[in-house]
Order: sequence, then C-alpha cells, then structure tokens
Amino acid sequence: MTSERQTLPEEHYLKAGWDLKSWLLTTDHKRIGLLYLVSITFMFAIGSLYAGIVRFNLLVPDGSQMSAEAYNKAFTGHGVVMVFFFLIPSIPATLGNFLIPLMIGAKDLAFPRINLLSWYIYVVGAALTMWALVTGGLDTGWTFYTPYSTALSESNVELAAIGIFIAGFSSILTGLNFIVTIHKMRAPGLSWFRLPLFVWAHYATSIIQVLGTPVIAITILLVALERIFHFGFFDPNRGGDPILFQHLFWFYSHPAVYIMILPSMGVISEIVTCFSRKRIFGYSFIAMSSLAIAALGFLVWAHHLFVSGMSVYSAMVFSALSFLVAVPSAIKTFNWTATLYRGSVKWDTPMIYVFCFIGLFLIGGLTGLFLASLGVDVHLTDTYFVVAHFHYIMVGGAIMGYLGGLHFWWPKITGRKYVEAWGKVSSLLVFVGFNLTFFPQFVLGYLGMPRRYHAYPEEFQILNVLSTAGATILGFGYLFPFSYLTHSVFRGEPAGDNPWGAKGLEWTTQSPPTTHNFDLIPVVTEEPYDYASPPKEAARV
Amino acid sequence: MSPAFPLAPARASSVAGEVDALFLFILGVTGLVALGIWIALFYFAIRYRRRSEDDRPAEIHGSLVLELTWTIVPLLLMIAMFVWGAKLFFHLHRPPDDAMSVSVVGKRWMWKLQHPTGQREIGELHVPVGRAVKLVITSEDTIHSFFVPAFRIKKDAVPGRYNMAWFRATKTGSYHLFCAEYCGTEHSRMIGRVVVMEPEEYQVWLAGGPAPESPVLAGEKLFSELNCITCHRPDDAARGPVLHGSFGRSVSLASGERVVADAAYVRESILSPAAKLAAGYQPVMPTYQGQVSEEQLISLIAYIESLRVPSEAAPAPGRAPARARAGGAESR
Repeated sequence: MTSERQTLPEEHYLKAGWDLKSWLLTTDHKRIGLLYLVSITFMFAIGSLYAGIVRFNLLVPDGSQMSAEAYNKAFTGHGVVMVFFFLIPSIPATLGNFLIPLMIGAKDLAFPRINLLSWYIYVVGAALTMWALVTGGLDTGWTFYTPYSTALSESNVELAAIGIFIAGFSSILTGLNFIVTIHKMRAPGLSWFRLPLFVWAHYATSIIQVLGTPVIAITILLVALERIFHFGFFDPNRGGDPILFQHLFWFYSHPAVYIMILPSMGVISEIVTCFSRKRIFGYSFIAMSSLAIAALGFLVWAHHLFVSGMSVYSAMVFSALSFLVAVPSAIKTFNWTATLYRGSVKWDTPMIYVFCFIGLFLIGGLTGLFLASLGVDVHLTDTYFVVAHFHYIMVGGAIMGYLGGLHFWWPKITGRKYVEAWGKVSSLLVFVGFNLTFFPQFVLGYLGMPRRYHAYPEEFQILNVLSTAGATILGFGYLFPFSYLTHSVFRGEPAGDNPWGAKGLEWTTQSPPTTHNFDLIPVVTEEPYDYASPPKEAARV
Repeated sequence: MSPAFPLAPARASSVAGEVDALFLFILGVTGLVALGIWIALFYFAIRYRRRSEDDRPAEIHGSLVLELTWTIVPLLLMIAMFVWGAKLFFHLHRPPDDAMSVSVVGKRWMWKLQHPTGQREIGELHVPVGRAVKLVITSEDTIHSFFVPAFRIKKDAVPGRYNMAWFRATKTGSYHLFCAEYCGTEHSRMIGRVVVMEPEEYQVWLAGGPAPESPVLAGEKLFSELNCITCHRPDDAARGPVLHGSFGRSVSLASGERVVADAAYVRESILSPAAKLAAGYQPVMPTYQGQVSEEQLISLIAYIESLRVPSEAAPAPGRAPARARAGGAESR
C-alpha cells in the first residue's frame, strides 16, 4: 500500500455516460449491478419501514397501537418485500452481477441484454407488488397459505401474486446468465478449482434459482387462478387439498433460503482470506459444500409441515434430511475459523462483518437443529423461536455478508474509500441491535408466543419491548452505512486499485474498472487465495 | 430434570418434561459447539492479528483429518438428536387406549370443543388431571393450529381432515390455548384456555349446566332426521351399505381400490358420496355438502363408529366417543 495520494483513473465505467439513457439502456454488468443496488436498497427501506410498524405495534400487549388489519398487512408487507424483493436478489444481483465477470477475467456476462432485461422484469414485478401493498394491502403473510389466501382473504392477493410471479423470471434469468458465464467465459488458466469461492457459491445459487423458481411461479399463479376462477386446487369442498399448497410453496421457499445465504457464504470466503492473508482452509470442501447445500436443500421442504398431520414416517425422513443439510454449513464454518489460524488478521470493517456473520449464522444454523428434531419442533414451530431462527440466518447471515461484501468491494465499485471509523461504529451498532432484537424472540418462542400475533398475553411484554428497542438500534445501524457510503461516492478519497492487498482477478484491474474490465485478457497461473506472495500491481490505462 | 428452569413455560403434561429434556440436550450440545467456535475465532483473531503490513504468513492448505473430524462428529451428535426427537414424535402420535376423546373444531376466531359426554365449550377446555385426553381436530374454514405451550403440543386444524393430538395433564391450573396458524384478521384473539381440574371437580363441572346430549345420541337423531336410515338399513330394502360393524374396517370400492372406513372416509362419503363409492352400490346418494355442520358431521361419525361390533374392533383413530361416553363419566 502506498502512502502517496491516489487519483481516480481517467477512464472508467461510471464515466461512460451520466444521462439517464446511459443508465437505463446500459448492458454493462457493472452498471446493471448498480441499478440493482439502488432498487434493492429502496425496497430494503420499505421492508424496514414495515418492520418498524410491526415492532411498534408489539410494544404493548393489547394491540391498541393499530388495528389488527393494519398489523397483519404490515407483517405481510415486511415479509413479501424483504424476501422476494430484497434478500433473493440482494448479493447475486448486485455484487454477483458486478464481480463475477471481473473475477473470472471476462468482459461481461454471457448475455448482457438479458441481464438488463432481468432488471426491468424485477422493476415491473416490484412495482406491481408495491401497488398491491399500497392500494388495499395484502394480509396473507408472505407464505400465502391456502385456503385463507384463496377463499377468505379480502386483500389484494391476485395483484401481489402476479407481481411475485413476474419477479421470479428476473431471478431465473440472472441464474441462467451466471451458469452460462461461469461455464463458458473463464479466463485462460482459470480452471474450476481455481475459481474464487464467491463464484462457486453463485454457481450453486444459480442452480437453485433456475430449478426452484418455476415451482413458486406456478404455485403462486395457482393461487391467483383459484381466486379468480374458483378452480378448487386447494379447496377441500371441491376435492382439493390446502396442504398441497404448503408442499408446493416450501419446495421452492426452503431452497430459497439457500438462495439468500449461499452468496453470503461466498462473500465470507473472499473476505476472510484477504484479511487474514491466508489461503482458504479446505478449498474443495467449501466449494463442494455449496453444491451439497444446493442439492440437499431441495429435499427438506416438508419440515415446515410437521404438525400439519403428515404421516409420521415421512416426517421422520424429512427430519433426518434436515439434520443432514446442516453438515455442509458446519463444514464451512469450521473451515473459515481454521483459515484464521496462524494468519495475519486485520480488523477492518469487512472483517468485522465476517466475525458478525460467523457468530450469528452459527446461532441461526444451530437453532435449526431444534426445529429439525421432531419432538421439539412440535412445541416450537409457528412460534417466535422460528422467527428468531430465520432472522439469524437471513439478517445475521445474509445481510451481514451483504454488508461485509459491500464494504469490501466498495473501493472497487466506486474507486473511493469510506471512512473506516464510521464503518466500525455502524457494524457494532448492527451487531448489538440485531442481537437485542432477535435473541429475546428465542425465549418468547420457547415460552409459547405464536407468530403473527397482533395482541399477546401480558407476560410476553418485557421481551417484546427489548426486541423493539433492539430494532431501533438496528435501524440506526443501517442508516449509518447508507449515509457514509453515499457520501463517499462523492467525497471519498480515491482508494487505489487494490487497497486491501487482495488476491483475485477483480483486484488486478483499475478501480473503478473500465467498461470492458480488462485491457488484456488475464491469464491465470496461480491457485486462488495465494496470499503467500504479495499481489501484483494493477495495470493502469 | 430439575423442575425449576426459569425461562421455560409451565410444564403441565406428561410429555412436557421429556420435550424440555431434549430441548436442553440440544441446547447443551449446540451451546458448547458455538462457544468453541467463538473462542477459537477470537483467540485466532487476536493472537494472530496483523503486526506489520509486510506480514506474509506461511501457507496451510487444509487437513483431511480435521475435515473428517468436523464432518463425522457433528453427524453423530445430530443422529442422537434425530433419534430422540423421532421417538418423542411417535409417542405424541400414539394416544393411550383409555384416552377420552374430545372433538375440536377451529372456526374463525374461536375454538369449539365437545366432550365425549356431550358438553360443549367455546374457547375453554376443562379436563381432569391425570387422564389422557385425545383431541380429534378439524376446522370449518381455514387452517388453524391447536397449541397449548404448557403441554408442549400443537396440531393443525385442517378443513376436511381429522388430525389427532393427545395429552395427559399432570398439574391443575389454567393454561393458554393459542391458535398458532395465521388465520386472518383476529388470529391473535383466537386465544382460549385449558383448565385442568381435580377429577372430582371435573365431575362437578360436568354435572353443571343443562343435561347435554352425547355425540352418539345426537348422531343417531341426525341419522334419522336426515333420512340416512332410509337407505342405510340392515334389511333387503337397503340401497346403501349397511353401516353396522363397518367402521374401522376395509371397504372395497367400485373403482377396485380398498380403503379403511375411518372418520375421514365417512366424512368424505357424506359430503361427496360419489368420490369413493362402495362396490356393489349405485351412486344414488345425494351430497350433504352445506347441509351438515362440522359438529353434526362429528356426531354422525361418532354414531356410525358406535355401530361397530366391539369384538371385531381394531384400533383406529377416532374410535373413542362410544367408549368414552361411559368412560368420561367415571373418570378418576
């Protein structure tokens, strides 16, 4: 790292045009990544607002803060927006889009125009769903369980369903684009086992997106059709089966959890190596465990249905498989920890997010074992224990990885530095706020407080107040990065091409990169994460 | 098991202790694993912190022995959790033979319950301590879930299905009864309570109020009121299958399949008679969809069940009403 003042390069992708058209018609994967970044940040803000309403209502036990309808629409809005329009696209559509071509030494994704199309599809889906949420709202929960959603709900189910149906295609196209790109466009010398683990994680994620998303698309369409034409797929009075919906829904929506967490795991592998200057411990085990998660993830869906009256024997099979899917996650966690051993560990913001990720994902994953265990699941399912469990995975895991990744690659994306002290302070706020929000919910769940309750017995109030206090801190924790990262885009110091001294092809080009990423197609001659030797200087235009 | 676990809900059923024991077992194992990783993480992060920007630590590629260790050891621990959990789940699926059967109908936003002796309750369930109680659970509208945290039991109430749960209360008192499956606007008001009483008090409670009609008697009345008896009769004029002794047994269908005549089959045959037509009969029966309520269906099923020949009775779900009619009145 040099002490002399850096300057931004004269030519880079951000300078390719400032007008609206240059953004809305771009086929540059980096610009599309930024379009996604802006869109999902907007959706995240809306989702957080809904969360704020939910936590505000739960300050008091009697539900006097708002009507039950308003509360039900708020938690539904929170779930729908966060899951379908933030978490699923989050890392793949932003960091994945931006980094995969850079990491494999390509000029762009395989299908740049399809990439742009996927963003437009996302925007249309999000707009329709938001329209449904704003005009009349949706009160089915993000799970759309039948027959409530098909026969009883008087809210905007059809419109929201169509919005989610459309957004699904965006996810499928992104996945398809990644798979083809990773297969066909790797730089010379970049064999499969030299790929960064970030790329492996996205490869596994893409497989789930391509195979799983059509199922949710069909399922949600069936809900809309049943409402409009009264087909009776899920109506017991017409020979249909409401439980069938749950099987179809979770066949996608459980793997969808891995769509959210796998990319985050990929981010962790990149950061942990850079900030401990070590080759990753057990490269092939981490790479293969991503694929194992993708495959096993498709075989555990019915663990959401243990108390629905399913056969004891199929419950046993799904319980056993659910335990099994925990093994590859455990392997990753052990390997990341072992990577630090005898390393050279630097406590910068991205690395602090890695510590947060490992600590919280660990709790999220381990509490999954309580729910996989049949006898305990009967008591815990549909309580706040489940709410806490999946927030430890999706916020403690997915979002910590996302924030870590955003800070790590921010200098590459913008060419500028954010203020490190702000990064540290806000990561601490996020960590404390998150735990205060969700840890009490484990206790609430074990005590028996059911999910989706607008009002609740008084003995649960103290824990709920703690949780709301935590959510307030968490909210500030999110506002900080939003402000200082935005500020750094305009005022940040130029970061240089490789401020972290990181390995990987994306760091061998300038920051921000040119539109075509590399002036010469790079040739890969070394293993991934070869931190034993210092990185080469980036070639400047 | 120490009974004083301060952060646990009341422990008032025969399975609660075991569920908590398994919970604590998993908590102990996962807690140790988490602690181990956190300590390792922070020990490494501090012990090996970067001291100079020129640090270039030596390479370590990995270790097959370690990989195998941290794959196999967690796997073994998880097998233990799986086996214990599955065993408990089986136990929750096997009500004792002497269980008294209570029918539960979920309806937005209330729980409707009926005792074997006919007493009906809404939102409250009174049960004697020490006696096994089997719940036959269904719903009139959407999916609900019958959840009593103090008993550690939960079972969905699914329209068109009869789900079963059971418990044996071990401590008198009043406990929350929640609906745990989101069912619309007033989901969170679908709260009731289970009152566990001494057997003598329960008898007093049963004796109070107007004399109820047991489900079997109510079903028998309905059977003639709805003219079921015109066709389902044990003589030559019968146009439908004779129901005496048929409950719980295997029935040949016109389609060539066989099906066990359980509560779900009887229900389906009343509501959609042509769906699974018994072999040798014409599809002449009209549907009773919309004409009988869930409670009336339960009474009809209880009556048909009571027609079975006791000596041939095989254990099947939903058989308790006939026996429990007598049994409920003399509970311990």
